[in-house]
Amino acid sequence: MADHRPLLRVRALAKRFGDNQVLRGIDLDVARGERVAVLGASGSGKSTLLRCLNFMEIPDAGTLELDGVALGRAGAGGAREYREAELVPVRQRVGMVFQQFNLFPHMTALGNVMEGPRVVRRMPEAEARGRALAELARVGLAEKADAYPAHLSGGQKQRVAIARALAMDPEVLLFDEPTSSLDPELVGEVLGTIQSLAREGRTMLLVTHELGFAYHVATRVLFLADGRILEQGTPDEVLKAPREQRTRAFIARHQEFRL
Amino acid sequence: MGHRWDFASVLDNHEALLAGAAGTLRLFAICLALGLALGLAVGLARSARSAWIRLPAGAFVEFFRNTPVLVQILWFYFALPILLPFEVDKLAAAALGISLNSAAFAGEIFRGGIQSIEPGQWEGARAIGMTQAQAMRRVILPQAVRRMLPALTNRAIEVFKMTTLASAIAYVELLQQGRLIASLNFNPIEAYTAIAILFFCCLWPLVRLTYFLERRLARSD
Repeated sequence: MADHRPLLRVRALAKRFGDNQVLRGIDLDVARGERVAVLGASGSGKSTLLRCLNFMEIPDAGTLELDGVALGRAGAGGAREYREAELVPVRQRVGMVFQQFNLFPHMTALGNVMEGPRVVRRMPEAEARGRALAELARVGLAEKADAYPAHLSGGQKQRVAIARALAMDPEVLLFDEPTSSLDPELVGEVLGTIQSLAREGRTMLLVTHELGFAYHVATRVLFLADGRILEQGTPDEVLKAPREQRTRAFIARHQEFRL
Repeated sequence: MGHRWDFASVLDNHEALLAGAAGTLRLFAICLALGLALGLAVGLARSARSAWIRLPAGAFVEFFRNTPVLVQILWFYFALPILLPFEVDKLAAAALGISLNSAAFAGEIFRGGIQSIEPGQWEGARAIGMTQAQAMRRVILPQAVRRMLPALTNRAIEVFKMTTLASAIAYVELLQQGRLIASLNFNPIEAYTAIAILFFCCLWPLVRLTYFLERRLARSD
């Protein structure tokens, strides 16, 4: 039975920082099981778009529905108002993996992954530990459970961060340039982990500069420019036969460095 | 003019010294606990988003940082009982003065420590659905306290030494007892030397303990 209601529905989303209008009206539906790659030059608003989806940034305008439920309530002057108490459970359902990992340095890898189940979902200690170990095993780091982040490589840190997000059973996973701060030889292990999650049919949005990876993993590709979606379609459409001049220029720039 | 050192006249009064040491330790323990707890509250309030919480906490810090502890102790002992319908005993007056002053300084340490934690740590905590309070308690404070430990150690040493101010209202602590011994036995050189040595013997292990704590907390590096 097909479920036609999108898991995530975004309408006219806008966000500015000071004088800089970063997002200028984004409309986007994401269905369950979709994998959306968000591409665009730096400053195009792709990270901000992702960060608005789990309210790391509060949008200035527009609406966001999660599984058919509109978030926030209409406030004065068109902007919606969001209460922190409403956003906390939303963030549990929309997981995020950051460019800089943001692991908790004072906790072991296991501690990092256990923290959400234990503190946020109030799971009993033993159950949370079991769950965390299973997630670490899923990203191939069971043997690093007792290591502190400072003793892990960048790629291992990012995989722990992915396990930490997975331990909350998110319905959507947001990846914000997950390999951009990694040494080139460590990119592969993180992309491999994300690819295995894709095979499980998880819903995800991914901001990335790895065009080849986006091509193979995404079911849909968005190209952002000046805070708007300039072009979108299947990976073949957008990456192999882009309609817009700016998309073509962006892809050409990325291929200059490919040998 | 040679001085014949006579520590026997001090040691004869070891019971008075012991009572003084007990008084010093009691006052120190109360002031350290109260100062740190209140300081944490003040530091959190100073980092709050609401100005209704932030501004009174700021006023508290400025007031107690900029008035001498000795004046506060005298005020709490001599002035407060006139304004209130009950007595304020020596321990309470000294503890109030020292604790409030210490809370003001500790509050600034806590605020600085909390603000020194990278915004990414807040984001990592919020992204797994933590509330502001959970993020503070589980993620931010443990890291901040580790960074603050040297500054908090200095505060503890400062508090320990500030307890001597309680002698101004004749609270029984080490300096008060030293002064008593000196005046009864006419041996100020030995009496005050002994007091200084006693303070050193109490504080030095405390400093060693915090070095040990710092090393243990550095485990995750």
